[in-house]
Amino acid sequence: MEAILAVVVGIFFAVAIYLMLSRHIIRILLGITIFGNAVNLTIFTMGRVVREVPPIIPVDLDVPAGVTANPLPQALILTAIVISFSFFAFLLVLAFRTYQELGTDDTDGMRVAEPEGEELPPLGY
Amino acid sequence: MRTLIFRTTAPYLTALMVLFSIFVLLRGHNEPGGGFIGGLIAASAFAIYGIACGVSPVRRALYFHPMAISAFGLLVSATSGVVSLFFDVPFLTGLWTTIDLLGLPVDFSTVILFDIGVYFVVLGSITSIALALEEREHA
Amino acid sequence: MAVGATEAIDLSRAMVLAPTGAADWLVVAPVVIPLLVGAVLLMFRHETKPQAGVALAGLAATLVGNMLLLARILDEGPVVMTMGRWLPPFGISFTADILGASLSLVATLVALVCAFYSTTDIGTIGRRYGFYPFLMLMMAGVSGSFLTGDIFNLYVWFEVFLISSFGLLVLGSEHRQLDGTTKYAILNLIGTTFFLTATALLYGVFGTLNMADIARKADSVREAAPLTTLAMFFLLAFGMKAAAFPVNFWLPASYHTPRIVTAALFGGVLTKVGVYALLRTLVMLFPPERAILSGVIAWVAAGTMVIGIMGALSQTDLRRVLGFVVISSVGIMLAGLALGSAEGLAGSIFYAFHSMIVMAALYLLAGVMNGIGGSYSLRTLSGLYSAHPMIAAFALLLMLSAAGLPPASGLWPKVMLVRASLDVGQPWLALAVLATGFLTTLALGRVFILAIWRERADAAPMAAASTTPLLGYLALAALALPMLFMGVYPQPVIELAERAAAGILDASAYIDTVFPEGARP
Repeated sequence: MEAILAVVVGIFFAVAIYLMLSRHIIRILLGITIFGNAVNLTIFTMGRVVREVPPIIPVDLDVPAGVTANPLPQALILTAIVISFSFFAFLLVLAFRTYQELGTDDTDGMRVAEPEGEELPPLGY
Repeated sequence: MRTLIFRTTAPYLTALMVLFSIFVLLRGHNEPGGGFIGGLIAASAFAIYGIACGVSPVRRALYFHPMAISAFGLLVSATSGVVSLFFDVPFLTGLWTTIDLLGLPVDFSTVILFDIGVYFVVLGSITSIALALEEREHA
Repeated sequence: MAVGATEAIDLSRAMVLAPTGAADWLVVAPVVIPLLVGAVLLMFRHETKPQAGVALAGLAATLVGNMLLLARILDEGPVVMTMGRWLPPFGISFTADILGASLSLVATLVALVCAFYSTTDIGTIGRRYGFYPFLMLMMAGVSGSFLTGDIFNLYVWFEVFLISSFGLLVLGSEHRQLDGTTKYAILNLIGTTFFLTATALLYGVFGTLNMADIARKADSVREAAPLTTLAMFFLLAFGMKAAAFPVNFWLPASYHTPRIVTAALFGGVLTKVGVYALLRTLVMLFPPERAILSGVIAWVAAGTMVIGIMGALSQTDLRRVLGFVVISSVGIMLAGLALGSAEGLAGSIFYAFHSMIVMAALYLLAGVMNGIGGSYSLRTLSGLYSAHPMIAAFALLLMLSAAGLPPASGLWPKVMLVRASLDVGQPWLALAVLATGFLTTLALGRVFILAIWRERADAAPMAAASTTPLLGYLALAALALPMLFMGVYPQPVIELAERAAAGILDASAYIDTVFPEGARP
């Protein structure tokens, strides 16, 4: 199971990096989302995949009776999903706004903050 | 999207979804559910209302600015952690008590307070983002 | 959780049962106070009048909390509080040692001064957009990053201050701000996602995320686990956050776009969080791996400082000059990390204190200069000396300090770093530090000559030349005084930095605090 998940994670990373190499903001954003999901799957795989044994301790014991599924990766992934989701939503608004105001989503064309051909500082005094 | 059918049903749908979101929030006490998912359901309810009837009726219906709602949630969550200061236990420790609600004993805790805070944080922030996107769509 | 069932269970095996005194709350005070104040300010965003006062009071309270915390740590060693009473490593531990607490203290001081200056810089519109709530939430995130003892929690705090910093950056929504924020946001998000990847791999190797737990287990898994790869991942992720050379291009693209006080805050505080995280992970958790990577780090450090300051030499906009100066200062801190000796690390930590204060002060100075001269461009800004001689005094002191010349604080950490690199046998790194100092003198000296000494070409009077920027002077003085103190009487600060460096080089005190003798492993 881990091997299959590892391959899936690899594919996710490849797709994410391919998309992030694009010049267009929207593709970069999609790439970042897939990147986040790739990492979430990595956390999941790293927590060791154990099937169908919920991590519940019986009333009369102090520790689980046998090997159980690891609940911590799910907590980590949930946190990471919440964070990446809210970041994605924020970035989507930001990118949309930028597109409306600057008229482009091509990163090569976004030269407002760093204008091309800016003059040098005075060389003499 | 502003068809007659949608516009007529949207308020009822929104009301139902908000109700359901509160159910999910309180259910998170002992079963799957909780503040985050409840807040998401409530936020999507307001998003649907916004798609059907426009953004300004939603803002009027919410009365408070979504970010203020979100801040209120943050305050509630953080305060629920600070309560433990008065019980000599570390930050965010779950403290439980049973209160009598109309003759029915109900477990009440800082944990549910925290969850309610999360509900408002998610509701506020996601609604504000959704409304911002919908507003630009029609502008 | 029914009340009846818990009585039968031995709680001491899962929970901290010793009562937590109010004094222990100092560990979370620097996070909780700004969080609560930020939430209240965000709720009443449209009450623009009291916002600044409440934020200042909140930051002052945070500063006091930080001072008490540092005093306690200097007295008794690291302090720990584990959230929700769960025994570490199951609960999230907040662990404050000298390094974290002192950086948190300086960061709060800088934020307080910036908030004070912002009362002139941020108008009603900026307040309605939520400048002060975002400022408070960002400081909660920054303090949280400095004080947490859990890697995943560190990630969460990174995201908290990151999303608040987006809000601060885009405040006002000018075109150049949207442009800068888009690049800043995307590149930083990629950086933190790298951090998360590293955390995932770390969790797979150790099965724990508590830093003290990782530090004590690292030796037992070193044979079998790819720890060098992990360390490299952290170096990349935090290097991106700290704006180290090959991955620093988000900084000059964005730091000159927001309000000047936001830039001061970012230039002062944010990059140092990345440096702190590098010190924490590479020195405390993976020391042998840091030694393996020290060659890479040394090249990165040298590249960051030299290429950074060369960028500063080629810029016309004063704020962009400062952006590159911030980058080169990060390179100097990384030099200590590359050396890894006690003196080198102490030099880095001292330089971090110095750099937080001086970078924020330089941006505020730029704001004051713009307020008088009406421009940030070195082509038009001129004649400030004849208008306000006082500003020349501040500028001279700050620029000497940034370049590492006496009498201000930049000198001593550089002395420590140069001496450490000669001791370790890397004289070329010492050369890079010295060359950077020389180039910084050139870059900032030119600013001084052009903006302050040069006669104004047009006879037209300056926009606000008649009014003295009293508030700006006060803010600059509030930052210049500790800086001057650190320069004239550096011994206490050097001792503090040495103790902080010793605390991460030998983590046993840190580990013993989180896992006291007799507790279950």
